[in-house]
Amino acid sequence: MAHEHKLAIFRGLLKFKSNTQKIWGVLIFLSIITAVEVVLGIYKPESLMSQVLGMKGLNWIFIILTLVKAYYITWDFMHMRDETPALRRMVVWTAVFLICYLIFILLQEGGYVFDVYKDGFIKRDF
Amino acid sequence: MSTVATTGTEGKAWGGGNQPLKSSYGKMMMWFFIVSDALTFSGFLAAYGFSRFKFIDSWPIADEVFTHVPFFHGNFPMIYVAFMTFILIMSSVTMVLAVDAGHHMQKTKVTWYMFLTIIGGLIFVGSQAWEWGTFIKGDYGAVQTKGGNILQFGEYIQKDGEKVFKRVAVSDFATANHHSDRAQHERKNGLWFVSEGTLPDFTVDEVAKGLASHSNILVRSQIINEKGEKTILSRAESLKQIKENGKLVVHGANLTVNEYGSPLFADFFFFITGFHGFHVFSGVVINIIIFFNVILGTYEKRKNYEMVEKVGLYWHFVDLVWVFVFTFFYLV
Repeated sequence: MAHEHKLAIFRGLLKFKSNTQKIWGVLIFLSIITAVEVVLGIYKPESLMSQVLGMKGLNWIFIILTLVKAYYITWDFMHMRDETPALRRMVVWTAVFLICYLIFILLQEGGYVFDVYKDGFIKRDF
Repeated sequence: MSTVATTGTEGKAWGGGNQPLKSSYGKMMMWFFIVSDALTFSGFLAAYGFSRFKFIDSWPIADEVFTHVPFFHGNFPMIYVAFMTFILIMSSVTMVLAVDAGHHMQKTKVTWYMFLTIIGGLIFVGSQAWEWGTFIKGDYGAVQTKGGNILQFGEYIQKDGEKVFKRVAVSDFATANHHSDRAQHERKNGLWFVSEGTLPDFTVDEVAKGLASHSNILVRSQIINEKGEKTILSRAESLKQIKENGKLVVHGANLTVNEYGSPLFADFFFFITGFHGFHVFSGVVINIIIFFNVILGTYEKRKNYEMVEKVGLYWHFVDLVWVFVFTFFYLV
């Protein structure tokens, strides 16, 4: 098996000349995302603090940026981009499905327990 | 005639010998291990989410917990952990460069990149240990109530023309009365099989007395108000809460108490970052083994550096997990 790498990222928008160049390019991209996260985390702009789908807008931004970072680590550092579609789907779809399922169940249950504490007859303020 | 001489399927897709995934056994098994390990970590993080949603109105604010940077005094939320994230991403880069050099059979380059990766891993584990130490030590101290809630202290000060709430350490206003101290229960002076941890520096009575004599100090409860800040009680309410509900003076965090809020926060912090730190540590150990194999020329003899690629996958996975831990513990 030859070690051929797909050298384009952002759906072909950015093409690199060699694999080494692509690695540095991805590093710069990941560093920028981390810097954005840290700046947003420190300053917490007021405009992003409104509730969107049960969570602060800022938190959604953090989660989306994290998934973007995870994508590029897996695709370019772990070379998932160069694996066959079958292997990629086996790994990614299985994990994504099971993790979404688990998160849904546990967060739903956590919210329910919170409501029981809040509206039920359980005293916690002492 | 042997049992299976010919099957008539030679050369056909089901005749065997082909590689539908075009990946070696070792790499594929590393991927499947990573899937299962990812599920373990998401189990932990989802459990953290469960506990957080359960106490969504009183969960500690991470920006107030992790504010320290080694060798510097002051309030720097997130800076150090951002540095740690960068170190780990950087060591991921050197790892992938080592893999790339391996594909081109450049032994010296692989050696150097592996070396840098190991250094990055060690810096990260060291930083993690320091982070734990700071968290365990705590900074201001607080009073835990009978109901297990945390009461912290502070005062309003003028800063740039604005009224801001500044935290005050328990030791700044409470005076220990050494005559009333209860003796610590040690194995040698009580039941030989029972002992207890260090006693708190102050009793709740001493804190209540100190609070009564410092009229500027107020209590901050752990309830988050609609502005996303912890609720600050009035002076009368502060005195009443400490007097009636105060049970234990806590300083720092461990598995049973946590001066920053819910003990569950500390439990999950130790458990998840500990489990991740253990992965980093084992990654460093495996990297060192492969590093020496590279130096000894094992992979030159094998004429391929796939082993470097396999530990590389594991090392990137550790980085991947940290990206999520960083988001859910420090940012969200």
